[in-house]
Amino acid sequence: MSDHEYTPKSKVGKWFNDRLPLLTLANHLTDYPTPKNLNYWWTFGGILTFCLITQIITGIVLGMHYVAHADLAFQSVEHIMRDVNYGWLIRYVHANGASMFFLAVYIHIFRSLYYGSYKSPREVIWIIGMLIYFLMMATAFMGYVLPWGQMSFWGATVITNLFSAIPLVGESITNWLWGGYSVDNPTLTRFFSLHYLFPFLILGLVVLHIWALHVPGNNNPIGIDIKKPSKDTVPFHPYIVIKDAFALLIFLLIFAFFVFFSPNILGHADNYIEANPLVTPAHIVPEWYLLPFYAILRSVPDKLLGVIAMFAAIFVLVILPWLDTSKVRSTVFRPIYKQFYWFLVADVLILGYVGAMPAEGLYLLIARVATAYYFAHFLIILPFLGMKEKTTPLPLSITEPILGGSPDMAMAKNNSDFKDKL
Amino acid sequence: MSDSEKKKPNRRDFIVTATTAAGAVGVGAVVWPLVDQMNPDASVKALASTEVDISAVEPGQSITVLWRGKPVFIKRRTQDEIDSARAVDLSELKHPEKDEDRAKNPEWLVMLGVCTHLGCVPLTDKGDYGAWFCPCHGSHYDTSGRIRKGPAPTNMEVPKYEFVNSNTIKIG
Repeated sequence: MSDHEYTPKSKVGKWFNDRLPLLTLANHLTDYPTPKNLNYWWTFGGILTFCLITQIITGIVLGMHYVAHADLAFQSVEHIMRDVNYGWLIRYVHANGASMFFLAVYIHIFRSLYYGSYKSPREVIWIIGMLIYFLMMATAFMGYVLPWGQMSFWGATVITNLFSAIPLVGESITNWLWGGYSVDNPTLTRFFSLHYLFPFLILGLVVLHIWALHVPGNNNPIGIDIKKPSKDTVPFHPYIVIKDAFALLIFLLIFAFFVFFSPNILGHADNYIEANPLVTPAHIVPEWYLLPFYAILRSVPDKLLGVIAMFAAIFVLVILPWLDTSKVRSTVFRPIYKQFYWFLVADVLILGYVGAMPAEGLYLLIARVATAYYFAHFLIILPFLGMKEKTTPLPLSITEPILGGSPDMAMAKNNSDFKDKL
Repeated sequence: MSDSEKKKPNRRDFIVTATTAAGAVGVGAVVWPLVDQMNPDASVKALASTEVDISAVEPGQSITVLWRGKPVFIKRRTQDEIDSARAVDLSELKHPEKDEDRAKNPEWLVMLGVCTHLGCVPLTDKGDYGAWFCPCHGSHYDTSGRIRKGPAPTNMEVPKYEFVNSNTIKIG
């Protein structure tokens, strides 16, 4: 936070700001000192905010035409596609927007993993981020049920049945979730209600996420602490704003490609068949962004343990700040972790691939190995690597490798202490 | 305040405790309707039973009917299928149940056509045991609907049913 007190120039501004300091907040956001070495991987926060707002706006509009009833939902979606003015566009933006949202969130998460943005003092930002991610998955899942196609129905059946794995109360819980003895109209109407609610919960958590970010300030590609403001920082506006805007434009090109040229490529043809409780599609697959977790679920032969493994896969991410024992944030200075990082990326991609394939033969074997490696990465490799790994020396400041010396003597001292420990 | 004064409950402590307790009961009374409204409602429960005409089902044939939103398999088994189901040693089974207990009338097997893994509808006359196979996650069931291979934890459930007459089954 900037140290100086902000006073609006105009009399009206001062009068208002004394009563509600919105202008002070705007000034903080404009002047907010940002590390000058942030690369394009840091633009995804802005892109994600854009995605959330897009989903909320298109979603509210779709809600004006959609009918949440088991007999009418499928037709109302077709009505949106064929009759409503620009309905096809709004629905395709909403449906592909979900995929774009997850694409951006995965890049954002892997950015954090690479540059150690989850480490002290940014653990709370990370945990709030994981809550957002979890809510995003719940929201996307419920949204996918609303068109009431075959994949909607059977996806909902499989996912809600996960809760039936809970000993003793499992069946009561699933009946409670369904509002009946199977996925049916009561399930659809409550999913619609919650699908409308959750994005606003996410929006609230995003505010907390950014608030928590603005306390320590941004991490940066070399992961060292920097003094703010200093020669190592630039004000958020206009430097970061313009960079974020440029990245957003590139992102929108990709987004628009999907919406206009292949709007259904990320979906399943089966979802254009109306839900039928008597026929299960031959091959049920969730949306692409849930596939790695689906692969973990299927790789365990026991029902309850499979469900536990799937939720544990998310939970290990929540406790990651305490599993990674290395004090050095950025992978740039961690030669061994760098390799494991790319192994993890490959592992998650493999899990995603086998999640889309039938759970048998070689695919099942690969899924099991990849699942075991996923947990080994977080529970074995990270804790031990942090203690054993020989990291390369950290620079004193962002400018030091180029100009030599630190812009701030206290920082240089802190960092040389730090270097001695390595 | 000294320690002895702190520990001795006075009238104010009593009022605080009583108010908190009354408040907790009040909150519970408000929350419960909000939770319970999600449970199966009266109209859902009212559809509790279904009568099915089975006169047209040939031996070896299986029909599927909808009961409480779920498919129910009604299979008229051949003698071979009955024999193979009854010949199985219970120790081989993941969820040991005698075929005699699952099909009171050996010719007719009535069960929920819902895989006990994650609720898909298994395919009939498929899988390693020539009976049911769930395409979702690869569970194989035998001619008695018992789980033999795959991730499903239990046998397919036999609902409450009765023969109203020789041509009609009432499920539920």
